[in-house]
Amino acid sequence: MEITESGVKGEVICSRVEGSVAIIYAQGYLNKISGEQTERECRNRLEDGYRALVLNFSDTQIVNSIGVSILLGVIDAVEETNSRLCFCNVNNHTAQLFDMLGLTRHVYLAPTEEAALAWSSKDQTAGVAAAAAATAN
Amino acid sequence: MYYGIEKFLHAFSSLADLGQEIADTRDYREMVETALQVVLGTLAIRRGAVVEYERDKNVLKFIAARGISHELPPDVAFDGAVVKDLCAGGACGLNLYADEGSGANKELAEKCRALFKDFGFELITPLIIRDTLLGVLLLGRKVSEELFSELDRDVVCAMARHIGVGIYSHRLLAEVEVRAEENRRLYDDLRETYQDTVRAFAAAIDFKDTYTRGHSERVGLYCEIIAREMGWDDEQVEGMIVAGYLHDIGKIFVDREIINAPHRIDAKLLPELNGHTIAGYELLSLIKHPFTDIPLMARHHHERVDGGGYPDGLTGDQIPIGAKILTLADSFDAMTTDRPYKRRRTLEEIIKDLQENAGKQFEPGVVVAFARAILKEIKGETEDKRITKMLAKNYDDVKSIEPLLVELLAKLESPSLNTSTATS
Repeated sequence: MEITESGVKGEVICSRVEGSVAIIYAQGYLNKISGEQTERECRNRLEDGYRALVLNFSDTQIVNSIGVSILLGVIDAVEETNSRLCFCNVNNHTAQLFDMLGLTRHVYLAPTEEAALAWSSKDQTAGVAAAAAATAN
Repeated sequence: MYYGIEKFLHAFSSLADLGQEIADTRDYREMVETALQVVLGTLAIRRGAVVEYERDKNVLKFIAARGISHELPPDVAFDGAVVKDLCAGGACGLNLYADEGSGANKELAEKCRALFKDFGFELITPLIIRDTLLGVLLLGRKVSEELFSELDRDVVCAMARHIGVGIYSHRLLAEVEVRAEENRRLYDDLRETYQDTVRAFAAAIDFKDTYTRGHSERVGLYCEIIAREMGWDDEQVEGMIVAGYLHDIGKIFVDREIINAPHRIDAKLLPELNGHTIAGYELLSLIKHPFTDIPLMARHHHERVDGGGYPDGLTGDQIPIGAKILTLADSFDAMTTDRPYKRRRTLEEIIKDLQENAGKQFEPGVVVAFARAILKEIKGETEDKRITKMLAKNYDDVKSIEPLLVELLAKLESPSLNTSTATS
């Protein structure tokens, strides 16, 4: 299992990969600083060849409007690369917000990381080879 | 239409965020980019842009964009008639594709559709402050695919007003900065003109006195070095240089024969010569100097701390510190240059004279500062070698006075022997 950390100003974005799926852990209050780091990490993983991203919100209590805008950027990047995106461990309040704003039309909300991985791994056989090659490099 | 409480709270909290971001973000582009993100995140819109209206070029310039391309699109030429229609009101949150609104708005929507057809924007909101179009907020479709509701548009219009204020404040600030820069340049020009005038005056003063060519300039130099050594700031030092240049300006009223007399002036003519201090004061008082006390320094540069000087016989603290610096600089130059009736004195004699007259003619603190400055030059403790270079024109071995300077400092800096009377 590969775990990486990135970020500045004390805000660390962790991510890891499992098979062909990259899991990114959003940290704290998803605002401009931490949101942009999260978006960058997602885009890096897509550039690495991963075609399924799981964004884990277990450490995120609040997502503000800038956070939503940044997540829309992640959705754009995922759709541009024909990839899949799943959010997991989203608290009730944030889940309601995503639903109310229509994000759930584009993102699957899984209750747990395991459920997210199971959902993300479906039909991922085509992406496995590319992601494995990227990891090897 | 019922606007869900959750949506309302999200919009309300976003509006608060927007206000804070606009107030807190110092960088203009960052402020606009963040404001755009807040608007997009409030209604979950993928693409949007803020364009600034450049009146002189009649173009719309993209300053922030999201969801349309990685780079900002090129400027869009703008029709003056569209500007007028946008400013006319009623175009806040104008849906470019909805078949609604008045005839005028339909026409405006059609024109705007043509302008932004490549970007997929649906909602246009002018950024207007005080009837002036500053720019336009452009928004694409909501990710929910729902149409923009009346209340959505109200939220967008409120946010557009915030962004407009942010842009307006930035423009005002930029204008103030430009004006401040212009003022700074004008002030520097004026200051340069003042300094040139002062130098020209100094040359005119010295021209009258055949033997003391360059005297005022040298006194200005010594004043500068002493003031710096005493820890004065740049502005005060500059004032001191000017005082050095102008201290003898009253001599322009003194008969040239008296100034250039090849002998000591007798008692009969002395009042006229000594009157140059008061004449200088009166003349300089007519000018508004950027530095304080220049006239007073000229008036009192022949006072002595023991009260034996002229024109007012002031003592110690009564004499302005600038005048005390002038006294020393003036006397030092007189002692180190040839006069019609007196050859220059040796450096040894001069240093001893300074020591002996500290507390009588000179302010001891000023003598100490000057001695310390010369010593630093001799010892190579400073890159500034202007005093020693000046002295080297008339003296072969300037370094030989080092022990005397050390002795002078030891005596005058010793608390028990220090006869300092004032540092007003």
